[in-house]
Amino acid sequence: MKEEDPILVYKDIAKIYRGGNVAVEHINLTIHKGDFVCLIGTSGSGKTTTMRMINRMLEPTSGEILYNGQDIHKTDPVTLRRHIGYVIQNIGLMPHMTIYENITLVPKLLKWPEEKKREKAKELIKLVELPEEFLDRYPSELSGGQQQRIGVVRALAANQDLILMDEPFGALDPITRESLQELVKNLQEKMGKTVVFVTHDMDEALKLATDIVVMDGGHIIQNATPKELLSHPANKFVEDLIGSERLIQARADVTTVGQIMLKNPVSITPGRSLAEAIRLMRQRRVDTLLVTDDDGYLKGFIDIESLDNRYNKATSVSDILNTHIFYVTDDVLLRDTVDRILKRGLKYVPVVDAAGKLQGIVTRAALVDVVYDTIWGDSDDTDSETSDEPVIKNLDTDAPNDKEA
Amino acid sequence: MVEFLNVHGSELVTKTWEQLYICTIALVLGVIVAVPLGILLTRFPRTAKIVIGIASMLQTVPSLALLALMIPIFGIGKLPSIVALFIYSLLPILRNTYIGMEDVDPVLKDSAKGMGMTTIQSITQVEIPTAMPVIMAGIRLSAVYVIAWGTLASYIGAGGLGDFIFNGLNLFQPDLIIGGTIPVTLLALLVDYLLGRLEKRLTPVNQRS
Repeated sequence: MKEEDPILVYKDIAKIYRGGNVAVEHINLTIHKGDFVCLIGTSGSGKTTTMRMINRMLEPTSGEILYNGQDIHKTDPVTLRRHIGYVIQNIGLMPHMTIYENITLVPKLLKWPEEKKREKAKELIKLVELPEEFLDRYPSELSGGQQQRIGVVRALAANQDLILMDEPFGALDPITRESLQELVKNLQEKMGKTVVFVTHDMDEALKLATDIVVMDGGHIIQNATPKELLSHPANKFVEDLIGSERLIQARADVTTVGQIMLKNPVSITPGRSLAEAIRLMRQRRVDTLLVTDDDGYLKGFIDIESLDNRYNKATSVSDILNTHIFYVTDDVLLRDTVDRILKRGLKYVPVVDAAGKLQGIVTRAALVDVVYDTIWGDSDDTDSETSDEPVIKNLDTDAPNDKEA
Repeated sequence: MVEFLNVHGSELVTKTWEQLYICTIALVLGVIVAVPLGILLTRFPRTAKIVIGIASMLQTVPSLALLALMIPIFGIGKLPSIVALFIYSLLPILRNTYIGMEDVDPVLKDSAKGMGMTTIQSITQVEIPTAMPVIMAGIRLSAVYVIAWGTLASYIGAGGLGDFIFNGLNLFQPDLIIGGTIPVTLLALLVDYLLGRLEKRLTPVNQRS
């Protein structure tokens, strides 16, 4: 579906001012319905120019822009603008109009009946968690953050599908900004809106965007998902824009479990005797054995406690096999695994492939490596020591006993 | 004072009415011409400089001379006075309208346009309301000028309170001069006060102090 209906297509757009000043050039971009596209770049990169051509606040010198398949150059700019939400940096609420009048400005232009406008205003103000009494106030009576909330919902008032935002939160304090970012992201996901968002703040882009378009000197340098951007920055400029610190931090975000797991975990098959199991544990200095069948499929685990309790009654591994085991597949993001390991208090998590074959194990010690790398940069020879010892220590002293299937 | 009113009372009322009548027409014409012109000029910045330059130049013509200049064209009486006062009223209104409109936050204009207002809608619904205090200040200034200078109109036979003053001058009767001056001052103050009230009504709530 996504490939079928681009809501917006830039075809070789250029904007060249008189005197040969190139604002943007060779802009080719396809935006699909439901995308959250962040245009990011330094000032003068052409990001705002690129955005403002969508609602014909600026006209391209050459090339064409298709909105829902139609060349916008052939549509009436006023009609076009009424159907595209527009949020600007300095909020742009009309100071002489009440919040109600501000929210219903576009519906009024579209000549909605009073009742429908009133209803919409109430619905929207609820959406941004502001009291209904605010409708009768003037913008100057609201805080900056509250004003921009109104600025955001004003862009939704006429059920616009496409919302343009030009550094809407640049002037807000970090806490307010964060809550508004969440608001916008939620609204966008909930209502399936398409958003084109101009920003110079990489954190903001990474947080909000489904696609990030990096611009510099009027050209698109890279167009990628946040994940791709972090894992494969196109060039030095993109790397600098992201910042080396963030690239390292981001590693946890894009690393999969498979990349950091310890391979060849200590395992045993159900048919073996308990005597063999305890010997293996002693030999490898572990308190838990993962149990796989002959083909390597994960079946469960046995630990030293159950082995000790039932040593007299049971004879084979299968008798004390605990099948309630929590595991992850190797293509899962490390970030998610870390959360689970920390929240559930797990000492380790077995890793299986898509078919269920045991591939490796992620222990708390492996997480130490990741955190270490994040703090100190790429690991060097000293980290082999830091990684090995805690494994043994952990497994020696603590028994995993709260597994879940 | 009582004596003065007994003798000149009814004449005073007539003359005050004349003065008010001449000045009001001149001012209303001034507003009708200067406000739209000022708004229009914000769309043509280069022409604006020229037009405001011309208006400023007209302002420097001595008022008495301007009135005299009207005689060959319009003869004597109320019409030439109204035209002369109208010309005087233009500049403050024009300049304030232009400045007021120019000073409207570009963010608001951008916002209005970006949301799909037509140029006319942007002007009437956003720019004029926002610029209203400055425009009104120009109108009030013009009103006071016009009323004060309106006394000179009697010189070319327009009547008004200037008749008292000129009579007083000719007859060396200070009571006539004062009797003409005080009502002019009071009239100017009253009109300024009333326009002030109007300004408050027209000023957006958020900008009222």
